[in-house]
Amino acid sequence: MKVKMLSRNPDNYVRETKLDLQRVPRNYDPTLHPFEVPREYIRALNATKLERVFAKPFLASLDGHRDGVNCLAKHPKSLATVLSGACDGEVRIWNLTKRKCIRTIQAHEGFVRGICTRFCGTSFFTVGDDKTVKQWKMDGPGYGEEEEPLHTILGKTVYTGIDHHWKEAVFATCGQQVDIWDEQRTSPICSMTWGFDSISSVKFNPIETFLLGSCASDRNIVLYDMRQATPLKKVILDMRTNTICWNPMEAFIFTAANEDYNLYTFDMRALDTPVMVHMDHVSAVLDVDYSPTGKEFVSASFDKSIRIFPVDKSRSREVYHTKRMQHVICVKWTSDSKYIMCGSDEMNIRLWKANASEKLGVLTSREKAAKDYNQKLKEKFQHHPHIKRIARHRHLPKSIYSQIQEQRIMKEARRRKYDLGHLILSQYPFLTSPLSSPEINKNQPSEGIVYVPLYSRDVFEYCHEGEAVII
Amino acid sequence: MRAGGLPGFYKPSVGQLRGVCTWIVVRVGEMETAPKPGRDVPPKKDRLQAKKKKPRRYWEEETTLTAVGASPGPPRNKKRNRELRPQRPKNTNIAKKSRISRKPQLPKKPRERGNTEPQRSVSGAQDPFPGPAPVPVEVARKFRRIDKSKKLPHSKSKTRNRLEVAEAEEEEISIKAARSELLLAEEPGFLEGEDGEDTAKIRQADIVEAVDIASAAKHFDLNLRQFGPYRLNYSPTGRHLAFGGRRGHVATLDWVTKRLMCEINVMEAVRDIRSVWVRHPLPENDRALTPFPLNNFSSPSRFLHSEALLAVAQNRWLHIYDNQGIELHCIRRCDRVTRLEFLPFHFLLATAAETGFLTYLDVSVGKIVAALNARAGRLDVMTKNPYNAVIHLGHSNGTVSLWSPAMKEPLAKILCHRGGVRAVAVDSTGTYMATSGLDHQLKIFDLRGMFQPLSARTLPQGAGHLAFSQRGLLAAGISDVVNIWAGQGKASPPSLEQPYLTHRLSGHVHGLHFCPFEDVLGVGHNGGITSMLVPGAAEPNFDGLESNPYRSQKQRQEWEVKALLEKVPAELICLDPRALAEVDVISLEQEKKERIERLVWSRPQCSGPTTLPMLPVPCPPKYGTADGGCHISRTLRISPLSNPHLRATTLRPKLPSSRSQSGRAAARQQAW
Repeated sequence: MKVKMLSRNPDNYVRETKLDLQRVPRNYDPTLHPFEVPREYIRALNATKLERVFAKPFLASLDGHRDGVNCLAKHPKSLATVLSGACDGEVRIWNLTKRKCIRTIQAHEGFVRGICTRFCGTSFFTVGDDKTVKQWKMDGPGYGEEEEPLHTILGKTVYTGIDHHWKEAVFATCGQQVDIWDEQRTSPICSMTWGFDSISSVKFNPIETFLLGSCASDRNIVLYDMRQATPLKKVILDMRTNTICWNPMEAFIFTAANEDYNLYTFDMRALDTPVMVHMDHVSAVLDVDYSPTGKEFVSASFDKSIRIFPVDKSRSREVYHTKRMQHVICVKWTSDSKYIMCGSDEMNIRLWKANASEKLGVLTSREKAAKDYNQKLKEKFQHHPHIKRIARHRHLPKSIYSQIQEQRIMKEARRRKYDLGHLILSQYPFLTSPLSSPEINKNQPSEGIVYVPLYSRDVFEYCHEGEAVII
Repeated sequence: MRAGGLPGFYKPSVGQLRGVCTWIVVRVGEMETAPKPGRDVPPKKDRLQAKKKKPRRYWEEETTLTAVGASPGPPRNKKRNRELRPQRPKNTNIAKKSRISRKPQLPKKPRERGNTEPQRSVSGAQDPFPGPAPVPVEVARKFRRIDKSKKLPHSKSKTRNRLEVAEAEEEEISIKAARSELLLAEEPGFLEGEDGEDTAKIRQADIVEAVDIASAAKHFDLNLRQFGPYRLNYSPTGRHLAFGGRRGHVATLDWVTKRLMCEINVMEAVRDIRSVWVRHPLPENDRALTPFPLNNFSSPSRFLHSEALLAVAQNRWLHIYDNQGIELHCIRRCDRVTRLEFLPFHFLLATAAETGFLTYLDVSVGKIVAALNARAGRLDVMTKNPYNAVIHLGHSNGTVSLWSPAMKEPLAKILCHRGGVRAVAVDSTGTYMATSGLDHQLKIFDLRGMFQPLSARTLPQGAGHLAFSQRGLLAAGISDVVNIWAGQGKASPPSLEQPYLTHRLSGHVHGLHFCPFEDVLGVGHNGGITSMLVPGAAEPNFDGLESNPYRSQKQRQEWEVKALLEKVPAELICLDPRALAEVDVISLEQEKKERIERLVWSRPQCSGPTTLPMLPVPCPPKYGTADGGCHISRTLRISPLSNPHLRATTLRPKLPSSRSQSGRAAARQQAW
């Protein structure tokens, strides 16, 4: 007879002294861990609930401006420095860690229309309603010196926007035309126009640095190549685009913030349809800025809220608002991709967390592990109805909430109308099928210009998410 | 979502691993052709130091051992190297042989290490087992969560890619988990006869004589003739034993140290007893739960509490006692209870009553979750399936019915015996069910597919009680004899031809329970309690985060909080507990149909030969707008795709589990 009984030595399982760590032998045998999936599900549910509990995104409000904040700029080298221009011509430089204004400049008479920093971070440019472009030193004046711009360029017309080249000493302004300037000269290297209208914003592509895009009040977005004398391409939308922003990771993708409450992400190579239409705002979208990862962007709207959209989703993942925040005019995503700043009508700049429930500060390794585990669980069970409902729930101010309801009714009505029209179409099979209607591209005016008609957006709306690009 | 896996684990990509593998192949080839590179002979001083053995702590030994087993790379410092050498005489031999050929190679080494052979150590020693440890396929299969044979219908390429990635990760994880089995400390017990010797003939006394003292102490008899027959139950960690006699004697015992924790007489018939874990309000001593009093601590003098409460099914009502025998609750909604089962992850106490009701009591909040009428008369045969928390009830008409609190009807009914069912037991993997009936048959069923009987055997008197051990041994109480059958391994059904062990008791068997994590079977009978030794019954390696017999008070408190936080709701109990992680294909296809229907519009006249009546079809609930805005669509939407029957079963907002469960139940009932 050979016999062996299970006989454990407790010394191997119990700590020796109270100062030791407890011993935790592990065995990953699935029979010892029953109900793995239901328990993970409950953990995911708890993690989602906790995420909502800890979602406190608002960090600080920087006050000091004496008029609405009109434009914001990031410092290219220092994370803590932010520049802002107000409607009374004042420019302020802020320190985010101290949450204080470190410098104030009365830069222009009238609005500061645009502000941008040089790529090296030593100086910045402002344009204002007084038809001037001014270059300023980033550091304040020395003792006894007066606050004066490095250079001042007097223009003939009002400039409405400015952006600096990402690598060279070149900047672009817009107004009645897009001007490309050399920093050393007082007249533009070249001026480009396509049609006659005031251009509201111009942006350099951060990767293909010779490319720039602008949007004008005649509803179009025009792309230029700095090396050529003429513009490249043009898209006409239904309503005016306020700003565009290039994706910092994908050179050919840009997003346009439109007056018709939507944002359109375009692929520069195929402009006839937007890659994605982002809708959730209930008023004109005024500004947009990409996260440095290129996966998400933030948009500021006239409806007193900012929203964060994933690039490949048509619905926002997050909405931020406060009781006191008025129409948000400008928004920036900081270069460490952790924070969002927005400047609004009521003279404040607000600092938000990009991830509402993120814990700031140094995490211990256990905290980090728990966070990663919870993140993975949430991801795994994100489609379950309970979890989805909790994760999506946001409290909204009454004005936005009722507007959303109203918008929904309007969309439903439009859809019904569209459906009815196509119901008649489908009765006559010799007519083309509803989805490839001949109307869609009929208004194409000329080569290189694409017209996106109104109701094509409605098609996007009620196609399933992710399949919106049927047309 | 089919993506399974333990999130948060580090998962190397397949590409990475493949790179490693190819590199190994190249290296093996090199080894065959090239002359063996030598190694450093340790300097004499070092050797002397190695001979002078310092007294070592257990943790030092452990770290060196893991260093030997795990790291194929160069050792980090010389000190550790020195410690290794005396343990591996084989390597030192090699070093002696190759001493001459090694010398000219010495200056080359750093270059080699830098460029081509990063695995060669400083001393020039070669890893005798290069590459990752091999993993037996069966072990890896044990940890696999994704069933590769199941494919989703018409998945898009994007989805398919994602699934493939998830599957690859899954595979990786299962291999890693299988590899980690190497670290398990304990081996299971066994009992083998010599040539031709029948293990069933081996008596308990022989085993007791052969094993060590600590194990021998686990065999004992409690002679309690006055209050007999006894029912008994071990706590889930296997530390405590609770038993109750028919004449009202209830006691709990720390059975390893044989310390009596409480003893009362409830002055009423006790039909069943269960230890239930809920937070105990009284303060507790830290050392209470360590199994053996350790030398460096004075043994505690005051009375110790454990976490367990006792649920006792008495003649009239269900009572709950704490460890000192103080009655905490008398639950009058559960009356004339005959059998009790505790579902630890759901915090449910299931009671089967003479009235024919199966009642689920949530012990964490004290509410009755469900009271189901089995409509099969008196219930006195009940067991739980530890894999999916489904309750199995045996009935007098020979059927076994499967119940979950979410359903008013049984999930399935299995006809098992010609006479009534006397006992049911389900093994820990939830794969096999053993039943015995009045027809003296003992049958084993496979619970995975269509509940097929796997094997059957007629016993002379029929088994009145059955119990499965953690490793799949089946114990049957046949009047005053306990028979135990064993299978091939852990995941195989017990073979009923030849018993593994038999034992005759001094009275009729009334209750059987295998002690978790100990090779012990507790038998309650007319004459008291017997603790039998059954080598190989229990899982040798427990998981410290699930149920740790050696846990301290602090560990237990933490575990309690976690367990309560992840209490699984009763609605999630269904036949397949993994259903929650799978794609709900039924509602997915339903949704798809609706979408197509909405986009490709067709009027009923044009839609084909089937003429459908213009009925007001119930629309799916619209969120938000009260006006609905779909008066037109209400009449127009009748097409073959919007079949009212289909629409009625639109299952969007429900939890997937209950749905799959109901679907499955329907399928089962049809099959039945």
